[in-house]
Formats: sequence, structure tokens, C-alpha cells
Amino acid sequence: MILGIETSVEHVGVALGDHRGIRAHALVASDRRHAESLTPMIHFVVRQAEATMSDISAVAVDIGPGLFTGMRVGIATAQSLAWALDIPVVPVCSLDALALNANTEDTTVAAALDARRGEVYWALYRMSGNGQEPQRITEPVVSSPEDMAIHLADRAEDVVCVGTGITRYEETFSANPWVRVLGGETQFPSATAVVSLGTAALIDDRGVAPHAVEPMYLRAPDAEINWKTREGAR
Amino acid sequence: MNVNESTVVLAIETSCDETAASVVMGGNDVLSSIVSSQIDIHARFGGVVPEVASRAHMEALIPVVNSAVEEAGILPQRIDAVAATAGPGLIGALLVGVSAAKALSLVWDKPFIGINHLEAHLYAGLLDDPTLQFPLVVLLVSGGHTMVIEMRGHGDYTILGRTIDDAAGEAYDKVARYLTLGYPGGPIIDQIAADGNPTAVDFPRAMMHDGLDVSFSGLKTSVINYVRKNPTVSNTDIAASFQAAVVDVLCAKTIKAAQQVGAKGIVLGGGVSANSALRAQMTERGNAAGFRVALPSRAMCTDNAAMIAAAAWHRLKSDGPMDLSCGAYPNLKLSDVPR
Ligand SMILES: [Zn+2]
Repeated sequence: MILGIETSVEHVGVALGDHRGIRAHALVASDRRHAESLTPMIHFVVRQAEATMSDISAVAVDIGPGLFTGMRVGIATAQSLAWALDIPVVPVCSLDALALNANTEDTTVAAALDARRGEVYWALYRMSGNGQEPQRITEPVVSSPEDMAIHLADRAEDVVCVGTGITRYEETFSANPWVRVLGGETQFPSATAVVSLGTAALIDDRGVAPHAVEPMYLRAPDAEINWKTREGAR
Repeated sequence: MNVNESTVVLAIETSCDETAASVVMGGNDVLSSIVSSQIDIHARFGGVVPEVASRAHMEALIPVVNSAVEEAGILPQRIDAVAATAGPGLIGALLVGVSAAKALSLVWDKPFIGINHLEAHLYAGLLDDPTLQFPLVVLLVSGGHTMVIEMRGHGDYTILGRTIDDAAGEAYDKVARYLTLGYPGGPIIDQIAADGNPTAVDFPRAMMHDGLDVSFSGLKTSVINYVRKNPTVSNTDIAASFQAAVVDVLCAKTIKAAQQVGAKGIVLGGGVSANSALRAQMTERGNAAGFRVALPSRAMCTDNAAMIAAAAWHRLKSDGPMDLSCGAYPNLKLSDVPR
């Protein structure tokens, strides 16, 4: 069975399942108590699925982009579980998981998460079929919502927009007649999506050793940016 | 749970700029202690940058934990409990270690213990010398802390004195930065001070005669003022005279505290206690005042996970395991027990 961990947004999600489907999942929508909630939730979900920790054969984890602290709690937990159980980790991009929420066929999907500081993390997808793995058209980037909106307008095609990066800046996107915005619970990537993408990735042998998992930050630390600016000015 | 000499604790420490893991048996038998330092990563910024530290902890975590278990020469099944520093420290950094330790505790179905980093520093001395007897006076000096602590027993501490402004290590870093000597300031000043004259400049010893608190902010300012007025003075003399003032104050306050509480010994802890002048003078002056002075090895002075494991062994014995809902507590005080 595959354990899925979702901590790159304000929510904490845990799911357990396999190719036949999800056996158990849990969601805590409290405000960013990732470290406190995650391990007890894994314990709970495994018990509810009438499984034991040793039944887990891989850990799929959301590696971002998203909240740095949340991502690190999720990844450190996934790495340690996998190291101790001697099983692979499947890194899953938050935007890939988010795109699954669009649940459409044959349209372009824009998945975007609020990156704070007036920016969004986003990528574009082509959905091949219901529940199928979304195919990336563009790689994940961080930009202003305005830049993303211009990109969407230039494409001049129907696009389903999903995620907190869209809902937070809804007025920026809804001016575009091609855009359809999804809201509600679909604006967060879910642990069940992480499990389904993880299952698909494992079939393609895309699991990695625990130490090889890298967070997808997309943003350098401020100190590094400032340092480079200073060095460049010299 | 029966906690005894054969109880094995795996501990993880990620509170600041060292990623560390250690396996300790019976509270003082160190089977392994791995420390991956980030000093080089932070050097160009002239100090620890929290976000940079958190990222580096993520990269080092699994290799460090793996090495600690491998070097201990035990199978993971032999580990009886898993501990991590729960605070104080940098929140993003702490979360990495706490999350990892709780995950291991869950997989192995073994108790988890979140440890107060300050309490762990008190155990560094006892780890190196288990024959020490309470009450002890511990001088805890690092980049973030300067305190004189009475340790009456396990988990029984009183802070007798502390800095009212800069920590000793902070003063070293600031003076080193002003003299453009590099980072971290402590080891560099210690090294060049060896070639200087400690009586070249008579820097002020603040609050020398009132109570057990200390202050280093004024000292730092007078170093800066002196160098500004005397630009030709050698860095070695400034370093030696500055260090003499810091060490003089720390020794005087610690010995005064030991006399007040009738301590059976004086113990050093924290990164600054690796300072050679402090170690030499505390031993000389402490012994002259009739106190046994315990100097932990330099590896035990700086941040490490063996001291976390030692503290965890005692906490497990006295309080039992902790709930897996433990978080990270950046502002933990010495008297706080994480939960
Ligand atoms: Zn420390």
C-alpha cells in the first residue's frame, strides 16, 4: 500500500491506498499545525485501514511548491518513514496533484497555489482523461498573478483554473472570458491525489531513495538573493 | 517502561546550524555521534540564516541519521526510544528533526521524547564525567545563550545569572565582524588572541560587582571605540584584551555562584566553552577557590545529538514517553518541558 502525505498548503492530509483505490484518509484543516498533526494522523489512517506500518510499500509525498515549513515537515516525515521501512519515496509536485482536482477531459488546466508576497506558483496541464495523470504543458514557475493571467489570455483557449493562487486573485483571472474558475475544496491539493499520482509513478519506476528527495522551492532564500545582488553590485 | 543501563536512545538535533544524530546507551555510553556542520554555508552571510539552515538540514538529515545508526554498530530493532530537540531554536530547523524522530518512533513503535536543547547542554558535562555530584553550577555559554545555572539534580534547575543583552558568542561574532576577521568569531578570536597581549587594553568588566548577571554590549562598544581612536593597534592585542575581559567576567560570576550555592563542582557547556582561554582560566581559578571543574570535550561543548540522547534517557526515566502531537517550540525556556 502507498501512504500519501500532503502538507504543502495550510491543510494537512494523509491517505492510504493502492491501485484498487483509497482505503482510508484524513484531513485537518486547522491553520498550519503540520508538525503536531502529521504523525498522529498517519497512525490514525493506518489503523483505520486495518493495516500496520509494515504494510506500507512506498511513501508518496507532496514536495511543493508550497509552504516551506509544511513541505519540510512532510518530506522529513516521508524520508524517515521510508528509510526505517526500507521502501522508496515517490515525490509528487503539489501543482500536479492540484490539477487532478479539475477532473475534466480534454481541456487545458491551470493549477496555481498562493505563494504569498503577491506571487503564485503555477503550471499548465493537458488532461488526458478522468482520473488520469495530468500532462504538463509548462513547468512549475513562480510569478505575479498578472503575468500568469497574460500568459493564459495569450493562449486564447478554454482553460479550467484551480487552486488558491486563482481564488485569491480571482478578479485578475475572471476578466478573461476563456477562463473557468473552480473553487471550494478543489483549491487545495489532496492526499488522495498524492496517492493516485504516486501509484502511477511507482508503476513507471519513479520511486527514489529517501535521501534523494528534494523539495521544489522555486524561490531562493532572501539572504541568497540579497547576497547575489550585493556581489553583483561590487 | 524500564529505563536502565542497556536502554538505547537515538537522538536528532537540528535546532540551529548543525545537523546531528547520535546513539547513546544507558544515558552516557556514546555509541556514535555524527555532526554535520553548516558553518561554511553560513560564513558568507556572516551569521546563521534561518531559511538557509532549514534547507541544509533537509539535505543532511537522512545521511546523518543513517551514519549514526551504522556507526553505532547496532540494528535499528535495538533502539528503545527516539528523541529530538523540540526547542529552543529556529522553528524551521527544529521541525525537520522533530518530524523525523516522530516518524521513526511511529515505524519502530518506540517512545518519542522531545527535548529542551538548553537542558541537554547541561548533560554534556555529565556525559563526559558521570562521577560529577550535585549540586553543580553550569556556565552555559554559546552564540545564543549566556547563563549561570544551578543544577540540583536531574530536571531541577535554577538560572542564577544571565546576560542582560548580548550572549558571549554574539559579542565574539560582532567584534570579529568589526575587525573583519571572519565568521564564526569565537574560534578566530581565540586563535589570534594567543599571539596578543591580554593586558594591552584594559577593557571594562561590566557589572562585575553586582549580582550574577552579565552584560557584553558595552564591552563590544568600547572595543569599537578604542579601535576607532587607535587605528594602528594590532588585531592580536585587541582580540587578546577583549577575550581577557569576557573570560574574566564569566569566571568571576561562575565561581561566585558556585560559592553562593555550595556547589560540588563547576561544569562548562555551550559552544563558547570550547574557548581555550575560558577553559584554562576557569580550571585555574575554580580549583584555587576549591571547586572541581569539569570541562566537556570540545565536541560535547558545541551542538551535538549525544547530549540530546543523554537528556532524553533521564527524561524517559522520570517522565516517560511523550505524545506524538509534540511540535517545535522556538522560544522554550530552560524550565519548560516540551509536550
Ligand atoms: Zn546549543
